[in-house]
Amino acid sequence: MNYNWDWGILFREPYFDWLVEGLMWTVSLSLCAWVIAFALGSVLGIMRSCSSRPLQLIATVYVELFRNVPLLVQLFLWYFVFPELLPDDAGRWVKREMPMPALTTAIIAIGLYTASRVCEQVRSGIAAVGIGQRNAGKAIGMNEWQVYRYILLPNAFRIIIPPLTSEFLTIFKNSSLALTIGVVELTAMTRQIEEYTFQGFEAFTAATVIYSVVTFTVMLLMRVVERRIRIPGMIATS
Amino acid sequence: MIEINHASKWYGDFQVLDDCTTHVAKGEVVVVCGPSGSGKSTLIKCVNGLEAIGSGDINVDGLKVNGRKTNLNKLRSRIGMVFQSFELFPHMSVLDNVMLGQLKVLKRSSDEAQQRATLLLDQVGLSEHAGKYPAQLSGGQQQRVAIARGLAMDPIAMLFDEPTSALDPEMINDVLDVMVDLAQDGMTMMVVTHEMGFAQKVADRIVFMDEGKIVEDSPKDEFFKAQGSERAKEFLSKILTH
Amino acid sequence: MGDFDYSVILDNLPLLIDGLKVTFLLTFLAVVGGIVLGTFLALIRIAKVPVFSWVAAAYVNFFRSLPLILVIFWLYFLVPLFLGRPVGSFYSVLIAFILFEAAYYSEIIRAGISSVRDGQIAAGRAIGLSYPQTMRYIVLPQAFRSMVPVLLTQAIVLFQDTSLVYVVGLKDFLVSAELVANRDQRLVEMFLFVAVVYFIFCFAGSLYARHLQRKLSA
Repeated sequence: MNYNWDWGILFREPYFDWLVEGLMWTVSLSLCAWVIAFALGSVLGIMRSCSSRPLQLIATVYVELFRNVPLLVQLFLWYFVFPELLPDDAGRWVKREMPMPALTTAIIAIGLYTASRVCEQVRSGIAAVGIGQRNAGKAIGMNEWQVYRYILLPNAFRIIIPPLTSEFLTIFKNSSLALTIGVVELTAMTRQIEEYTFQGFEAFTAATVIYSVVTFTVMLLMRVVERRIRIPGMIATS
Repeated sequence: MIEINHASKWYGDFQVLDDCTTHVAKGEVVVVCGPSGSGKSTLIKCVNGLEAIGSGDINVDGLKVNGRKTNLNKLRSRIGMVFQSFELFPHMSVLDNVMLGQLKVLKRSSDEAQQRATLLLDQVGLSEHAGKYPAQLSGGQQQRVAIARGLAMDPIAMLFDEPTSALDPEMINDVLDVMVDLAQDGMTMMVVTHEMGFAQKVADRIVFMDEGKIVEDSPKDEFFKAQGSERAKEFLSKILTH
Repeated sequence: MGDFDYSVILDNLPLLIDGLKVTFLLTFLAVVGGIVLGTFLALIRIAKVPVFSWVAAAYVNFFRSLPLILVIFWLYFLVPLFLGRPVGSFYSVLIAFILFEAAYYSEIIRAGISSVRDGQIAAGRAIGLSYPQTMRYIVLPQAFRSMVPVLLTQAIVLFQDTSLVYVVGLKDFLVSAELVANRDQRLVEMFLFVAVVYFIFCFAGSLYARHLQRKLSA
């Protein structure tokens, strides 16, 4: 193996700045997509578990559609196909005039995709709280929304903190797919450094370390959060 | 107060309730007993509409439970229910458990709700545990909180679904004592239980169910003196010898 | 949508089918490799051998913290470097998938093994089997039977993940379709077609996995 090591490359201009900038795009993309995924996924999860058949059906169809097409294909659909299906003006706006079209598309595509996964977590969390709690809420005269708001959701969200954490980390990792439509996030930046300097080893190592460190930090953080909001007297299940 | 007329219910092909008819008058205490799988829990859950009946009808205080236009939430807020597995809300303190329905359903002010909750917790002997969470209490204590939660809604009747069968023996009496007090204060009660001591003490009538049917429905004294049906005799001899 | 051109799909069907074959071949080999390596990792972790178990755990957690695309880039860069000569992207991609998916499979398999009751190991040892024998003849057969639906679900995920070979230009189903799409300027038709085909395979697969799950729990 012939290879000229040069770890210094990572701390030289402009490559160091590239890494920092890439990480910033990755993080902002992930956070924005998570807002969509969490909000929409929670609504869908509630819909799937509620008593209304039509709402259940809508949420089920959504989940099946978004879960059974690869995220990369979805990303291409939103980026290349969706604008073509719109009226001309709207299509042009989405393609060019919208602020940062590639980034915005990636946020929406990854957010909508992950919403289908969050939905399933929320649904299973609600199921885990159990029919008995639902009945107890109903028995004191609460309507369905109140039962969800005061009883099912506060418990369900506590239960699903670990799987939701891993869904967020999935978004964090999946954000790298945005490079395929030209968003220069962390993975794309390291690829770029490799192509400019031929120091692939150093560049990919940098990305690897950054992804791992962020992942483990988030996991530690969420473990603290989980402990903080644990209900007194309950045994941790994780 | 509670009128069950020809109620039947199926789970697929399986008939859980078979033409059940019984009435509970105001102030009356009715104990429902029978072997497991006889449909007694289902029957009591139908009274406040947690389970829907397939045919027949159930009226509570003149309101038809299975009517299309009945506001079930409103009806349920007027009937207290106590579950076998307590079903306290685990993420709320004992006090908040007893206050929740008052605040969100009855729209009482939080001062008023707290006053009422404190009074009721005192009545079931748990005022010093108001700030604790359900998981920090014993089963018997949790069940007494659940009774207080039901009473906080100022119900016109209380339903008990095997309130002591998930409890350790030494805690059963604490719960039964609260229920006896309640009965003696004139509360209308429908109680699914195998506690025949409780039945003998405060029940007005005993309903015996088997395979979804009401096999026997008679005043307490009659029931214990001479049970008409063979099944009831057999059942009683089994639970009384142990 | 009035000018949706079906003929572009029909005309290029042989090319697309070739691409689909690559996708399926890659999925199949990666599933087999991933399960073999994953089982190995799971067994090491469960056996609680000092250092080895720790290394296996670190491996799993490490790979689960990385984006698949980065792992693909890594191997695309490393494999030729190690071999000292360029190889087709298929092999470097296949290695990337096996290494990456093994981490996920190992977690599934570990859960499956833990779901077999402890008494079974004791019973195996009691009739004189060694620990590896107990695993081989008693625990793993039971574990795998209960895991089939989850393994299948993970295979569907992997099937979808193979589309990421796009980043190194391997001519799988998606890349073939994209080539046609760009050449004939038929992006709408081709990408919608790709989505529908993926959906049909994945949906059918997930229905089957659910069916197996129901049969298992019945």
